[in-house]
Amino acid sequence: MIKHILAATIVLTASFAFGDDQVSVHVQPTNFQGPRQLQGQTQSAVIRDYLQSWQSLHTALDQNNAALLDPDFVGTAHDKLAATIQQQASLGIRTRYQDRAHDIQIVFYSPEGLSIQLIDNVDYDTQVLDHDKVLTTQRVHARYVVVLTPAEARWRVRLFQADSQ
Amino acid sequence: MRLRLAFLLGGFAALLMPAARAQGSGIKVPTSVEAGSAFSIQTTGTGKGVLYIVSPAQALRRDVQLGETVTFPAGTLYNSGHYLVILAAGEATENGAFDVLSSSKPATLSFLAKPSRLPVSLQNGITGAVYVFDAYQNLVTKPLPISFALSNLSSPVQARTVTTRDGAAWTEMNSGAKEGAAKFVANAGGVSSERIIQQVPGDPCSLRITARPAGQNIALQTDPVRDCGGNAIPDGTIVTFTETYNGNQSTVDVPLKRGIAQVELPARRGAKISAASGIVMGNEIRWGG
Repeated sequence: MIKHILAATIVLTASFAFGDDQVSVHVQPTNFQGPRQLQGQTQSAVIRDYLQSWQSLHTALDQNNAALLDPDFVGTAHDKLAATIQQQASLGIRTRYQDRAHDIQIVFYSPEGLSIQLIDNVDYDTQVLDHDKVLTTQRVHARYVVVLTPAEARWRVRLFQADSQ
Repeated sequence: MRLRLAFLLGGFAALLMPAARAQGSGIKVPTSVEAGSAFSIQTTGTGKGVLYIVSPAQALRRDVQLGETVTFPAGTLYNSGHYLVILAAGEATENGAFDVLSSSKPATLSFLAKPSRLPVSLQNGITGAVYVFDAYQNLVTKPLPISFALSNLSSPVQARTVTTRDGAAWTEMNSGAKEGAAKFVANAGGVSSERIIQQVPGDPCSLRITARPAGQNIALQTDPVRDCGGNAIPDGTIVTFTETYNGNQSTVDVPLKRGIAQVELPARRGAKISAASGIVMGNEIRWGG
């Protein structure tokens, strides 16, 4: 039954805090490796927390404030994003990454239940600013490989990597 | 709302930029670069400019002389990602983009084996999951064969080879027939990671008790208690002795000590005595009957 539910393609529209900016979210049927069953509730929580992480990414890189990453990122993903923020701050630049559309598929649920991997074909707008001067605004399409691990009350992004494969 | 406005204004400004572009300024960027390797970006035009290379994974800024090729030595850009390249010359900008790809050479494995302790002879009782990373902690997303092997001194080696999908692979193994520590190893391209799995005896396989007179009592003793693989059941495991006489029943729980359980019960002619441990029942003795 669960499998049938998961096999259905779900299209969600998430409304976030940025005014009336809307993000379209398309969840592909799961096609994952691993012996562990993925419950619908777990899938929803993972996707909710992953989408939330884009908000943190956006505000942290826009404000050059790595502390804003803390609720949603952990491990390598956190360290790399924090390093980018440090680089941006020292160079006097800021970036805004506003996600517009996600096409998400969960591809791996580790047997012990301690990690979930998803692929996100995401469209996002990038704006690059040097000392508040806008240098460019571009729509980008990228394939992200993401690994989330469970924390106390939520899933946090442990690996966040754009990949052209 | 403020952000939306900022994006709109930014987009508008970006649209105006080509009109103000310095004549002939431009960039030629590679399609992709392997993480950590040297690369170059060719610029055209004259005068000075600033080159930006940005992504959530890393950010660079270089003052450049237009018309020259800007070289970036190995180790400059090491995080996988999709990077935007912006060449700003006065009010003009030129854009490009390229990908930094993880190396296909593994450097570290994130290997999680579960559980760390389990009974012997359990089918698919052990699982191992691996994520493969390059030297810069980028997930190696190209398919790679991962060799898993589980071995201990007394059981044949179990081996499986699994190809990664998007940097991840997993397997299941049976626990061995004999108790003891087993080495669970994952290997990718010469890089390996090892975990130790403690295999402990399973449930008792059978229970046999013997009785002899001891004054007013009966001295009862089990044979050494073992699982079905012949492994000694750990000391402390409880054996329950039950004596039934004249419709009354009394039980005594006795922990195993040096592999056996011993107890004395009152000798009553016609009493039935049995023992059990876990789900295993032992033989029954009728005393003096």
